[in-house]
Amino acid sequence: MLSYLIFTLTLGGIYALLALSLNLIWGGVGMVNLGLAGFFAVGAYASALVALAGVPLPIAMLLACLIGAAAGLLATFATIRLRGDYLAIVTLGFAEVVRMVALNERWLTRGSDGVSGIPAPFRAELGVDGFNLLYLALVSVIVLGVFLTLRRLDLSPFGRVLKAIREDQELATFAGKSVTRFKMQTFALSAAIAGLAGALYGHFQTYISPDHFQPLITIYIFLAVTAGGVGRPVGALAGAYLVVFFLEATRFLGELFTVLEPGQVAAIREVLVGLALLCVLHLRPQGILPERIAPAPKPETSV
Amino acid sequence: MTIVAQAILNGIMTGMLIAIPALGLTAIFAVLRYVNFAIGAYATVGAFAAWYVNTRFGLGVFPAALVAFVAGGVVGLIAEQTALARLRPSGALAVAIASIAVNLILENVIRFIFGNDLQGFDLPIARDWRFAGLRFGPQQLQTATLAIVIMAVVFLFLRFTRFGKAMRAVADNPDLGRLFGMDPARIAMITVVLGAGLAGVGGVLLGLDTAIDPMTGSRLLLSIFAAAVLGGLGSIPGAVLGAVMIGVGEELAVLVLPATYRSAVGFATILLILSLRPAGILGERNT
Repeated sequence: MLSYLIFTLTLGGIYALLALSLNLIWGGVGMVNLGLAGFFAVGAYASALVALAGVPLPIAMLLACLIGAAAGLLATFATIRLRGDYLAIVTLGFAEVVRMVALNERWLTRGSDGVSGIPAPFRAELGVDGFNLLYLALVSVIVLGVFLTLRRLDLSPFGRVLKAIREDQELATFAGKSVTRFKMQTFALSAAIAGLAGALYGHFQTYISPDHFQPLITIYIFLAVTAGGVGRPVGALAGAYLVVFFLEATRFLGELFTVLEPGQVAAIREVLVGLALLCVLHLRPQGILPERIAPAPKPETSV
Repeated sequence: MTIVAQAILNGIMTGMLIAIPALGLTAIFAVLRYVNFAIGAYATVGAFAAWYVNTRFGLGVFPAALVAFVAGGVVGLIAEQTALARLRPSGALAVAIASIAVNLILENVIRFIFGNDLQGFDLPIARDWRFAGLRFGPQQLQTATLAIVIMAVVFLFLRFTRFGKAMRAVADNPDLGRLFGMDPARIAMITVVLGAGLAGVGGVLLGLDTAIDPMTGSRLLLSIFAAAVLGGLGSIPGAVLGAVMIGVGEELAVLVLPATYRSAVGFATILLILSLRPAGILGERNT
């Protein structure tokens, strides 16, 4: 039971990174990324493959961030100036193409067999339980670090520019901000965080395959961010852990309804995820921890 | 040479089928200004409805396609009114995200009822016709003809009926439409029935060749989007033109690439067209 809890918390931390990544661009600049699962996969494969080739883990993970960021720029350069709809379509397509490449380029990714034997730090020395505990600590520290950095960013002049762009792109341009540059920087940073989450996932599971990076993950993260509160890093964090616990709790549905086949139980779980997302969007679009926007200073003279 | 000609022929045939759901997507975008990701699930709903009446009651392709239109349209309207319409004031992205949730829900409802297995249609097997070294499947020709008929009906509907004219007017300028006494809510509903219904028919036509499963529509999503974006989101003739180009492009690409990369063609096209000409071939010039 304890090891199950540790596993769930580690997964929660990895989802939290993805949620922070989405919140940065969605809450920050108002762009959506429907290809989150794709960037997650890119990071996981990049880090796993170079680590298997003998590169030390910290460098492998850093590389995953860089490749994630590069993929982010590649996927968005064409749409960054357009309406958000186009970015949504392109990112969705990106994730599909990543999955296709992972399935077909067997020389690189070993296709549907997946990559196994991914190095896990100190697993041999600590044993399985010790490793899981250490990894939970590692993931949690990284989540905390990313969270604090993003919160700092949120309150910095950079973060204020982002919110200005979100609220009124033309006004931000008028104020002399290079909207395109800010958007690209933010998207690259966000994709890098998703890549890092992927790297952490791969070295934790020690096995990855295209099936681990279904588009469904993206929907889980959207649910996490909307439930937590778009635009507030702590909301994304809370939302991610909440979603992981929700998912794990619904895993036991099958035991309650023994008449159903396993496939049907899986279908019910996914329907519940969809319904939860719709409920949040309709009933509490601002999330559990809504964004706090400081009131604008009162004008000196009233007209 | 014959191989290329055959590929182009097949591409045109497939393209005309992709055009049907692409028309649905682009019509909804033109009037309601949001990208509906649930189009995939509407196509699946249509495909399963048609499959059900085909295998249970022995209905042929034409009546089954009509059933698919009704099923897609009704499910689309219910989804719109319960899950999407109220989010319109929150912006296009909120509605688009909600439509992804709708897609997930519908797909899994179908999976719950019919299971994950592939289901095949019950159709007479016919030998291919040969003409000038090219192969024509009778089934292929029948669905392509049906697709052309449907496109013609849609064009006539938009061009000559009161609702069609009102839809185009609202798409051009919603405020002006309201000024002339058009009820935006009603026009939105008709557009959704038409769009989701077309998606449903598209699901059957594309599923006839192969077998269908709950993911059928979602797998088509990228090609449908590519067609609509290539032609210019919101442009009705653009969707048809874009779909045929995507169909041909996919068939030509699989001559040199592994067949599994088929839908990557759509993605590459989207990237290319958006960097060169974001409004698409026949699109409006405001992005």
